[in-house]
Amino acid sequence: MAAAVDNGVNVGALLEAREALRKMPEAAKFTWRATCKWKRGTRSRTFVQNFFGLGQEQKHRTEFTFEADHPEIFASEDCGATPVELVLAGLASCLTAGVAAVAQNRGIQLRSVEAKLEGSMDIQGILGIDSDVRNGYDDIKVTFDIDADASQKDIEALVAQSQKRSAVYDIVTNPTNVSVEVRKKR
Amino acid sequence: MPVDRVTVAVIGAGHTGLAVSRMLTDRSIEHVVLERGEVANSWRRERWDSLRLLTPNSQSRLPGYHYQSDDPDGFMTMREVVDFIGGFAAAIGAPVHTQTEVTNVRQADDGYRISTSQGELQCRSLVIASGACNVPTVPALRIAVPSSIASVTPFDYRNPQDLPEGGVLVVGASATGVQLADELRRNGRRVVLSVGEHVRLPRTYRGRDVLWWMEASGIWNQRYDEIDDVERARKLPSPQLVGSPQRMTLDLNALSTHGVEIVGRLAAVRDGRALFSGGLLNQFALADLKMNRLLESFDEWALGVPDLAVGPPERFEPTRVPQAARLHLDLTSGEIRSIVWATGFKPDYRWLDVPVLDRKGRLQHDGGIVAAPRLYAIGLPVLRRRKSTFIHGAEDDARDLVEHLARTL
Repeated sequence: MAAAVDNGVNVGALLEAREALRKMPEAAKFTWRATCKWKRGTRSRTFVQNFFGLGQEQKHRTEFTFEADHPEIFASEDCGATPVELVLAGLASCLTAGVAAVAQNRGIQLRSVEAKLEGSMDIQGILGIDSDVRNGYDDIKVTFDIDADASQKDIEALVAQSQKRSAVYDIVTNPTNVSVEVRKKR
Repeated sequence: MPVDRVTVAVIGAGHTGLAVSRMLTDRSIEHVVLERGEVANSWRRERWDSLRLLTPNSQSRLPGYHYQSDDPDGFMTMREVVDFIGGFAAAIGAPVHTQTEVTNVRQADDGYRISTSQGELQCRSLVIASGACNVPTVPALRIAVPSSIASVTPFDYRNPQDLPEGGVLVVGASATGVQLADELRRNGRRVVLSVGEHVRLPRTYRGRDVLWWMEASGIWNQRYDEIDDVERARKLPSPQLVGSPQRMTLDLNALSTHGVEIVGRLAAVRDGRALFSGGLLNQFALADLKMNRLLESFDEWALGVPDLAVGPPERFEPTRVPQAARLHLDLTSGEIRSIVWATGFKPDYRWLDVPVLDRKGRLQHDGGIVAAPRLYAIGLPVLRRRKSTFIHGAEDDARDLVEHLARTL
């Protein structure tokens, strides 16, 4: 019965990995990396390829790049998404991946999943106009449109569980210590 | 020095240790029950004044011993619980050694050597019945709380007078957290309640106590080896319930109606400010979904029982979303003067010198059969059944474990 469900997620492998890591918690420690190079103005390009996990260095199959810039209304050249939009992209793709994995595990066939994200922000914060206004989002709203072989309630449970297990959701909703080190070149 | 020898030693004269004693006596197995204080010690000394049992009187049952009450739906006070358990100990003639604190247990002579405040004891078989809630757990971020704030655990708390004047941040919204938040709010305090993962339940459903449903529908009897993810079931927070004469529901909606401010899980304390998670709405969604799933399973069970005296199915208002839940609270502003850490409890095994704990200090066991010869545990969450930690849950677990124990002697 459950074999008929295919969301393209190898849940068996994921569950096996979970069991293996339960016994070797050290191997569960990962480090994710990104390298960002300034181009010009507000434009930059970020590269992602290497990471550490399962006790050794790992590599994506290829190097991925992400263009970032600001829109023209900020007097920029608009060569890429704004960094805050990239944050939305990270949150959206993390929750969406979670929906697929949880659906597979629960035997729910997905036909389509679309997440729309809106983050509201008062830019008086970043512009230094009003110190009571924070720089970042004051609210993020996610709307999922899901077509699947399941009841409304089961789909809601799917999305709730995806949030519960999402790394980016945790990063966005909880504080994280950030340390920045500076090295002068030459 | 001569060492006293006994076939079985039971550590703890609470309801579970005494239930084991009763089963051992039934099989004429020689034993002693070692108790650090008096019978029902934790119920006497480690509970706040207003606490009543979460289970109704009809579920106050120990092997062959029922609580006599004209109100099957009422909830015992701690004084009544102590009298009830003391009455059981007397009725079964349990061989309890009071004021005998176990300080060390190690493997020796094909059994266990026990050091106590009253001397040494050697036993063939050992039953750990010292409870699941010996030590309040407090998150590590406690150290960042400014010293001007009084930090209190449920073990320190007896009544609102124990806290300094002023507002209170209650961290944790399981049974303890919601009960203390409610009591402090009724005391006229400003109360902020920090809510993480929680289990929402109505006190009554279709006219019956919700825990009556748990028992009658068979959910509480589910065995540990029949549950999909028993690790998860064992970590489940206690339900948002209170045993009150009014049989009131004490969920987050009730608390916010009474003026308790709901905020997200306490995620960090930084520069004197408490930072709360922005994931509160999903905690509400998860708790509401799980409650409704449980109520549906009650309804489904009820359909198959002819002439069941219950009211029509009910559904409850979803947890109300606060206008804008605060993400931080300045602990130096004077808005709150104390923090109550209702963040759970854990057993204390510092005296246990046998390699049976996992890396997180939890006892490794298979339904109470511990990974060392003739060593048993009872009274831990979902030990053998979902009801394992409740008073009426002791009987079946004690019977199973003593049956196993008798075969190994």
